[in-house]
Parts: sequence; structure tokens; C-alpha cells
Amino acid sequence: MNLRKLFFIALKDSRLIFRDPAGLVFMLLAPFALTIGMGALTGRFSGSTQFGISQIPVAIVNQDSGELGKVLENVFASDEIKQLIAAQPQSDPTAARALVDEDKLAAVIFVPEGFSESIMSGESGGEVVRIEFYGNPTRPTSTGIARSILESFMTQVEVGRVSGTLIVNQLLSSGAIQLSQAAAIGAEVGREVVGNSSGSIKLITTTAEGSGVKFDILAYLAPGMAMLFLMYTVSFGGRSLLVESRTGTMARMLISPTNPGFILGGKGLGIFLTAAAQLLILIGGTSLLFRLSWGDWRGVALLILAAAFGASGWGILMASVLKTPGQVAITGSAVALLFGVLGGSFFDLSVMPEWVRKVGMITPNSWANDGFRILSMGGKFAAIQSNLIALLIMGAVLYTLGTILLSRRGLVRK
Amino acid sequence: METVLKVINLVKKYGAKLAVDDVSFEVQEGEIFSLLGPNGAGKTTTISILSTLFSPTAGDAEIFGYSVAKNPMDVKRLIGVVPQEIALYDDMTALENLNFWGEMYGLSGRELKTRVQELLEQIGLADRAKERIKTYSGGMKRRVNIAVGLLHKPRLLFMDEPTVGIDPQSRRAILDSVKALNKDGMTILYTTHYMEEAQELSDRVGIIDHGKLIALGTQSELTAQVGEMDTLILHLGENEDPEHLAQALKALPGVLQANPSDHTVSLVTPSAEELLAPVVSRSNELGIKIHSIDMREPNLEAVFLHLTGRALRD
Repeated sequence: MNLRKLFFIALKDSRLIFRDPAGLVFMLLAPFALTIGMGALTGRFSGSTQFGISQIPVAIVNQDSGELGKVLENVFASDEIKQLIAAQPQSDPTAARALVDEDKLAAVIFVPEGFSESIMSGESGGEVVRIEFYGNPTRPTSTGIARSILESFMTQVEVGRVSGTLIVNQLLSSGAIQLSQAAAIGAEVGREVVGNSSGSIKLITTTAEGSGVKFDILAYLAPGMAMLFLMYTVSFGGRSLLVESRTGTMARMLISPTNPGFILGGKGLGIFLTAAAQLLILIGGTSLLFRLSWGDWRGVALLILAAAFGASGWGILMASVLKTPGQVAITGSAVALLFGVLGGSFFDLSVMPEWVRKVGMITPNSWANDGFRILSMGGKFAAIQSNLIALLIMGAVLYTLGTILLSRRGLVRK
Repeated sequence: METVLKVINLVKKYGAKLAVDDVSFEVQEGEIFSLLGPNGAGKTTTISILSTLFSPTAGDAEIFGYSVAKNPMDVKRLIGVVPQEIALYDDMTALENLNFWGEMYGLSGRELKTRVQELLEQIGLADRAKERIKTYSGGMKRRVNIAVGLLHKPRLLFMDEPTVGIDPQSRRAILDSVKALNKDGMTILYTTHYMEEAQELSDRVGIIDHGKLIALGTQSELTAQVGEMDTLILHLGENEDPEHLAQALKALPGVLQANPSDHTVSLVTPSAEELLAPVVSRSNELGIKIHSIDMREPNLEAVFLHLTGRALRD
């Protein structure tokens, strides 16, 4: 019977939040409007390109005399990528950086002398010469895309290096080759793997079923906006706990034959259900309106639930530490914005300093945005497991903490 | 008659403040018992403890034999509570509110549907049941607020100042409904600061002030405490000095008590009619302007005045 009451409390709360016109603006209209606005800014709706964003100006300063530098240039000049990135060779790193500083370039990729040699030499434990990426912070999306392509290339390079080392070690231990032949064979294996990079680094990822998934800038923006406004919703839900305490309905629930734990549980479930419904509507809406593919539906469904759980934990915590509905409203807005910044709802976190990314991990935005982007790029359930676990742990910890604090303080004013 | 409520040396402290100070009384089955006292006297705190919302600092209360401190869930099933504030969801309709609160009291299905319909008809809102509470007048909201407390047909109903802030017509309707509920066998604990309501409704009255129960009995028992005394209440102009006038009027023959308060002076006298002329004459001599005079025969107001030296509304 108590479980039935818990469900009714949750349902009542969700109903009340969805009936509030101001709540609806924040929960649904604002994220839709912002997604559309940002999509329009990036050209998503102009029909000019398949990606919505195109011709990102990137300079490549290739001072590497080996093969890998050349392969990297080829990757950026490939048919798949040249629609999106307008790569231009530069010889002077200082001048290239200046162009970024003047906002004429989105990024500079600097391949230093000896890069190929350090990779191809195959000396394990040796110092690897590093590629430098200099991004333009005022173009976070463009910079993020260029950086993603570079990271894909670097992954291929690493695969090649490791493959070469492994094969050479096996050949050496079996006596099939002499030590003097090792360097040449390792380089050859690596070359083969990396040499295929220009063909393998694409902005089309392939799902397990083999169907292509196109990169869509909206798939990048929409989760960010959905998560940003989800934080408003959960603070709104948390606020309802304090409003009920003030208007007497909480006292009325407490004097009904209902266990107080179930009342609190019902309030928590209400916030969670509202948050999940909001995400579902936004995701369903963007799918229908913009033909946006969010990826594997099972992964999306699980991520919606986990994100709603993690975020609503923050709503409960806010209600437990703040005293008035007004305080929750103000703090909730500030937290939503802060989490939006730290969690990558506004810009790609890869352009942010390392410490920002680490701090951002306390936000549900960070884990959920990342998860949704992985799924929209063709990733499967396994690829978002860590995101799901992080969000579930976050929700469990925050719900527990909030419940303890609320129980100590009491649910009604004396 | 069965004792349905037994309050035993109830104490409630908030820090250093004593909100309820060693209160004891009993309510018998089928009676309307009123707790009469000014705002802040401890009426709502007492009801909150009896309805298990707050725990007592000391003492206890038994409802149908169940301790409010030890068996709160058993108590909750047996009581109905009509709180002072309108504890409803403004953005839900009356029907939705009643359905929700019915679920909280364990009603469901056909039983809930039937009971909700009965109550909507009883409070005269069946035709507006699907309108949101926020569109209702204060009186209509009060009626729904009362209906919620009646959903599970409680044997004992607590009503905490249910007529605060409503128009006379709605007030009349509520008082009539309280009498009708009592006639149907419901025991009612009613709190109010309106003397007229306590007089009209109650079989017995407890007068509470500063957390203490200062008098308890039937109305005739209570009024007997002040004898056959009348009360004269003089309403003064804003700039007049009630202290000064009260001091002067105490000296008049026939004035047993003269109590000043905000812009009024209350006089207790064996004969109000005989005192009228000398009071007006003395006021004129002092240059103090009296706006109006209320003459009251022995009532609960006079009892309160007699016991505390203050008018009930102060």
C-alpha cells in the first residue's frame, strides 16, 4: 500500500511540474530553442553541407621528414574530411599560432622534426616526439572536431607502433629474424597500419550492424542543451519539497497514515520521473523534428534513466541543504549554468584545461553528454558502461546524503 | 460515553519557548470540544501533536487508547485533520486533490470514487470539480480543505481554525457542516479564536492562553466563573490613551475590572446599563473621545477577560 502511495506522490509531482507554464518553458521550449539556434548558427539547417558545419580552417605545420607527417597531411586532405576541414600547409609555427590568436584559424597542428623516427624506431621506453595541437578557444566546436580527427589518427599511429613492436618481439624470440632486421621489419608493420589511416579516419562511423552513422553537429549540441536544462528541472523538483513544507501539504501527507520514508521516496521518484520524461521528450522531439539519430536505442534509454537519476540526486541535495524555495531557485540556476560549463554543455571539454575536465566529472552533464555523443557516433552499450556506472553512483550517493540531511532537519517547519 | 481523546500533561518546547505548558483534558465520544484562545496561544501546536505531526516534549495523549507518541500510525488511521492553512494543490482540480488525498488515506478504486463524489456533492462543488483549486474563492477552497479531512470517515476530527479569512456566508456554511457532522456521530476537536464560534458549536470549551489551559468546562460552567457580570467595551479614537481612561474608570462605583488594550477599554460590571451614563460623562470630563460602545452579557469573552485581563482578540 505504501508503495502505491509512493507512486501516487511521484505522479502528482510530475503532473504539477508539467502543468507549470514557467516550468515548461525551461524544461522543453528553452532547450529546443537553443538547440535550434545553435544548430542554425552552425549551418545545420541551411542544407549547404551534410554536416551542418564545414570548411573549418586548420593549419598543418609539418616539419617531420618521415612518412607519418605526410600521412597526417593526407588524412586531412582525404575526400571524407576535406568537406569539413579546410587544411592548409604552413611552414612557420609562430605565424600559424598568430593566425589562431587572430581568430583566422580554428587550430594548428604542429608535427615536429623526428616524429616519424621516434615512432618507427620501435625502441620501447624511448622518448616519443609529440604532435602539438594549438586550438582556438573561441571556436570550441570546430576545435573539438579537428582535435577528434587528430586523436583518431594518433590512435592509429599507436596501434601501428604497438603492433610493430609485438610482431618484431615474436619474430625475434622465435628466431625467425635477426636483431639487425628488427628495426626495418617493425617500421614496415607500423607503416602498413598507419598507412591505412587516411582510409580509416572518417567522419562516418560504422555500427556493429554495419550501417553508417553520419556526424551531425546537432547530435553534439542537443545532449548539451538537454542536460543543461535537466539541471533546472531537478532543482525545480527539489524546490517543490520546500514549497510543500511551506504550504502545508507536506504536513498533511505526514499526518496521513503514510510512512515518512515513502513520502520522501515519492518526492525523489517524482523528480526522477520528471527528469526522465523531459529527456525523453527532448530526445524524441529532436529525433522527429530534425531527424537526429541518437544511436542505439537501448543505450539511449539506459543513459536517459541514469542521467535523470544522477541529476535528480542534485535536486534532492539542494533541497536538503537550502532553506527556502527561493534559495533553491537561485542556487539551482547557478548550479545549472556552472554544471553546463564544467560538463561540456556549451563547449567541447577537450579544449578545456585538464583540471576543468577533472572538476567536470562531478557533474551529470559531463558523463551524460559524453555518453550521448558516443551513442550518436555509433557507439554501443558497452562503450557507455562507465558513463552509466558513474551516473548511477552519483545518484545513489546524492540521494542517500540528501535523504539523511532532510530526515535530520525534518520535513515540516515547526 | 467513551473517552476518545485523553490529553495527559502535554508539554511542547521549542528551545526555551514553552508552546504547550502541561495541558490535560479529555474529549468524550460524540461531543464538540473547542479549544478557544488568541493567536499564538498554543492551539495549533496542540493539534499538531495530537495529529502526530510533532512529538511532545513531555506528556502524552491517547486517541481511542493509542498513544500519539508510541502508536502514531494507529492514531493516523483513526483521525481526520482539517489544517488551518489551505493544504491543497492549487494547480490540481478539486477532483484530483480529493483523489490524491484519498489514496494517501488508503482509499482506492470504486470506494474512493464513490466517497469523492459524495463529498463533492456535500460541499456543493460537484459541478466545479474539474476546475483547478486556484480558480476557487477562499470559501470554496476551505470547503475542499475540510472535505479532504473527511475522506476516510474518521471517528475523531481535528479542525484547526477552519473559518479563518473567509466571508460570512462561507463561514456560516462551515459552522453548519460542523454541526451536521457532529449530528452524524463524529467527535470534533475544534480550535478557534472566535468566541462566537466556540459558543455556537461547543458542548465543552477549553480556554488556552500562553500554552496553558486556563479554564475547562461547559459554557454555563465557564460563564459562572465570572458570575452575572456584563462587559462594556469602549472603542476609543486612535490618539486617545486607554491606560489613562481605564485608570480613571476604575474609581467609578460598579466597575469591578477596567482593562486597557489597543484603542479599547474593557469594563466588567454587574450592570452595564447603569454604568453607561457615568462612563460617558467621565470620559467627556477627561476629554477622551469614545467612538462606540459594545455591551455584552456574560459570555466566553468575559470569561477570558476575567481570567487573563485581556480581550480574546488581543
